[in-house]
Amino acid sequence: MSVLILAEHDGQHIKQSTRQAVTAAAAWQHPIHLLVVGADVSAVAAEAATIAGVAKVIKVEAPHLVHLLAEDVAAAVQQIAAEYQVIVAAHSTLGKGVLPRVAALLDVGMVSDVVEIQAPATYVRPIYAGNILATVQSSDAVQVVTVRATSFEAAANGANAEITSAAAPAAFGKVRWVSEQRNLSDRPELATASVVISGGRSLGEQFNTLLEPVAHKLNAAIGATRACVDAGFAPNDLQVGQTGTVVAPELYIAVGISGAMQHLAGIKDSKVIVAINHDPDAPIFKHADYGLVADLFKALPELNAALG
Amino acid sequence: MKIMVAVKHVVDYNIVPRVKQDGSDVEISGVKMGINPFDEIAVEEALRLKEKGIATEIVAVSIGAENSKDTLRHALAMGVDRAVLVQAEGKLQPLGVAKLLKAVAGREQPDLILLGKQAIDDDAGQAGQMLAALLGVGQGLFASEIKVNGNEIEVNREVDGGTETVALQLPAIVTADLRLNEPRFIKLPNMMMAKKKPIDVIAGTELGVDFASHLSLLNVAEPAPRKPGVIVNSVAELVEKLRIEKVLA
Repeated sequence: MSVLILAEHDGQHIKQSTRQAVTAAAAWQHPIHLLVVGADVSAVAAEAATIAGVAKVIKVEAPHLVHLLAEDVAAAVQQIAAEYQVIVAAHSTLGKGVLPRVAALLDVGMVSDVVEIQAPATYVRPIYAGNILATVQSSDAVQVVTVRATSFEAAANGANAEITSAAAPAAFGKVRWVSEQRNLSDRPELATASVVISGGRSLGEQFNTLLEPVAHKLNAAIGATRACVDAGFAPNDLQVGQTGTVVAPELYIAVGISGAMQHLAGIKDSKVIVAINHDPDAPIFKHADYGLVADLFKALPELNAALG
Repeated sequence: MKIMVAVKHVVDYNIVPRVKQDGSDVEISGVKMGINPFDEIAVEEALRLKEKGIATEIVAVSIGAENSKDTLRHALAMGVDRAVLVQAEGKLQPLGVAKLLKAVAGREQPDLILLGKQAIDDDAGQAGQMLAALLGVGQGLFASEIKVNGNEIEVNREVDGGTETVALQLPAIVTADLRLNEPRFIKLPNMMMAKKKPIDVIAGTELGVDFASHLSLLNVAEPAPRKPGVIVNSVAELVEKLRIEKVLA
């Protein structure tokens, strides 16, 4: 028996979260196969085959798979699922869309957003916005699991796995891709960046002007609170928290963020948390390793200058 | 068209939950509960479609214990036409919920089923996708905007790194993200009126589906607390500390 990982890619490269899923999947001690789905994924499959720990890469290509609609990707997983005991993906947009669908098609339950694999069917996962960690045991013959990528190290290169192809199932047909709007940025990806600097609503119109230079010097991703996003100061995909992106960088800098429970859920596992806020009573200070009580409109330019 | 909205009765989002002393589960007795915030957004969207003349009837469905009626009353007070409670005691998981919802959908024959993108208690985010799979229909997840055009629904979705628009053939499943809308406040007279609206109660066991749990909860724990932090007095001191921690070059 083997473990199947649904690989995530941008059409060119394998995403970091897939490497993290490979590390997580080692817990089952079975051969690991990566499934790469898309329209033209030869380069991605070749890269996937080099990830240490990967025994085989399965390529499923078809023109209709270009936008990775969950309905079609789930069908691609389902057609080979019988050969696997475990089906894994990162808990990202792709994994969240596809794996519950796969689980239902296989008539098994699913475990979402796993942060620790204690035994082959025993998992730890956060519930209640990360306020509680639940240890659960699955009784299903096939384990369908999404993993919180940042809870696992990324697997490095070092393999030379076999690449095979499987036929693509017919298009689902009841869903049509219309358009997309990607917020292109040369900053590292929020979910996997080693430094993240986030701003709250109080940055207002100066959100970018103040955070960009500091983020540039730190090679950091930029994040935001829900209030900041709702107020229109930052785009939606920057939201960090229970319902946005969960991050766990080496360094998280929260600027002008009070520290609501739903935001803390997304940053708790950061190695070092820094809070800069003018309100000494802000709850964020209870969770920060280093706190600076200061006016952020002064502190941010100062920090920018101090970083040289 | 007819819309079915699935709503879940959960611990209020402002409550910090506590672990029971024996670590067996989360303590929810005596804790304030209410409608799952994402489900409230789903209800609001259904109401807006009715106000635009697109929807003709809205049915809210909840699955769980008797107290889920409170959440159904909330949906009725918002403006939902009628409600169905599928009584199912004990621990339910998304797959069982999806199967029960499918059975209710079989009776109701809705053109559109709305759910929240996740429940804030188990944070699973699975029920909508599972229901879509069981019904063999398309799923518009994490919707921030929807438009119905004849037999198709266009869904703008929040995805990693931006947004995406897909068009789904009806019937379809749509799960609501935070940004879909701002749910309305309930006025007192509507609350009184909601008490007169019907709630059909169906026993889960009557629906002929196996909704048994596939997962057992071994224990729950609070995450390890962080070590207390320090307050620094200046940006210079902060940078120095971060260099000592080796998180800054």
